[in-house]
Amino acid sequence: MNLNSTLFAQLVVFFILAWFTMKFVWPPIVKALDERAKKVADGLAAAERGKHDLELATRRSVEALREGKEKSAELLIQSEKRAAQIIEEAKAQAKIEADRIIAGGKAEAEQESLRARESLRDHVAALAVAGAEKILRREIDARVHAELLSAIKQDL
Amino acid sequence: MSIEEAAAHGPTAGEYISHHLTHLNSTGHAQQSIVDWSVINFDTLFYSIAIGFLTVFLLYRAAQKATSGVPGRFQAAVEILVEMVSNQAKGIIHREESRRFVAPLALTVFVWIFLMNAMDLLPVDLLPWIWQHLTGNPHAYQRVVASADLNGTLGLSMGVLLICLWYNIKIKGFGGWVHELFSAPFGKHWALAPINFIMQLIEFAAKTISHGMRLFGNMYAGELIFMLIALMGGAWAVDATTGVSVSGALLWLGHIVAGTVWAIFHILIITLQAFIFMMLTLVYIGQAHESH
Repeated sequence: MNLNSTLFAQLVVFFILAWFTMKFVWPPIVKALDERAKKVADGLAAAERGKHDLELATRRSVEALREGKEKSAELLIQSEKRAAQIIEEAKAQAKIEADRIIAGGKAEAEQESLRARESLRDHVAALAVAGAEKILRREIDARVHAELLSAIKQDL
Repeated sequence: MSIEEAAAHGPTAGEYISHHLTHLNSTGHAQQSIVDWSVINFDTLFYSIAIGFLTVFLLYRAAQKATSGVPGRFQAAVEILVEMVSNQAKGIIHREESRRFVAPLALTVFVWIFLMNAMDLLPVDLLPWIWQHLTGNPHAYQRVVASADLNGTLGLSMGVLLICLWYNIKIKGFGGWVHELFSAPFGKHWALAPINFIMQLIEFAAKTISHGMRLFGNMYAGELIFMLIALMGGAWAVDATTGVSVSGALLWLGHIVAGTVWAIFHILIITLQAFIFMMLTLVYIGQAHESH
């Protein structure tokens, strides 16, 4: 173990190497490490966010399903009610129509019978006149008794 | 000197070890005095610079390819290191602006020292043997573990000291720092000022020297034990020239067993020492940020 100038040379080499490492080695590696740490942190945060979103979506879908079921049940009840109502309405309408038709028929029948009675009255009068004519032909002149006959006809 | 050469020339164990512990320096032979600034160790410089370039090259490649997407294995490995150093730096140095320089510095220190220490795991004779054959000189010196050279480790720890002084002045201001030098650790009193100052000097010196010495001591001792283990195999090779003996075969087995055990244990040591050096770098620089 002797001391000599190697010592100073070694000292200078030491500083050169340290300077080189400081300048060209340390910064890129530390930068990469920091960036990777940030990436990993971001990834973890994103995963956490994704998990949270999934939970929210699940909750929302359950809610939507429940709402849909409720709505369909309500619709079913409503439609049944509506159907019953339609049937009721149809029944009422049919009854009104039937009544109207019946009333119409009745009125017509009445009219018909009135008309029949009228024509029957005419026929009866004609027959009566014809009979009377035949009876009276020999004794009464039609022309003379026309006034009388029409008066009878009026009374019929 | 390789085992084969040891067999051919038959150096003593002492010669083998001291040859292995001699640097390839600018004088061409072992340094005579303890301190001689005119000498420079080429092997330490070569291996520390080469491994330093390898370090920043590997880190640079990782940095170039770094993406915030899914990382590959290499990128992930570098990222683990960066994350580890970054967390340690955050715990020790609370000033964000300082961390921008100190954290990369700590990363460089850790990887660089780890790789320099890891040279210890190569067979202790391999690179010196290649060097001796390249140069054609069977006595060429070569030491491959740059962190087992006190110059290398003290160079690093003095670098840390300079950074500590720089942050002391930067954070506390030059006046504030000088004031602290004379008023801490014993308190602000004119009579205590010299003692405080001496204590501060001792503290800085002790920190720096222990910082460098700790790494050097561990790696030097580790290298020495690898050499001692290699000597067992070498003894067998020397034996083999005179004839195979039972003790020689046992030594050869001992080389394999002890070498394996020590190398596995050394994996822990090289990592631990690199980590300790890095942590102390952070701690000392962190202390420079704190006022007493």
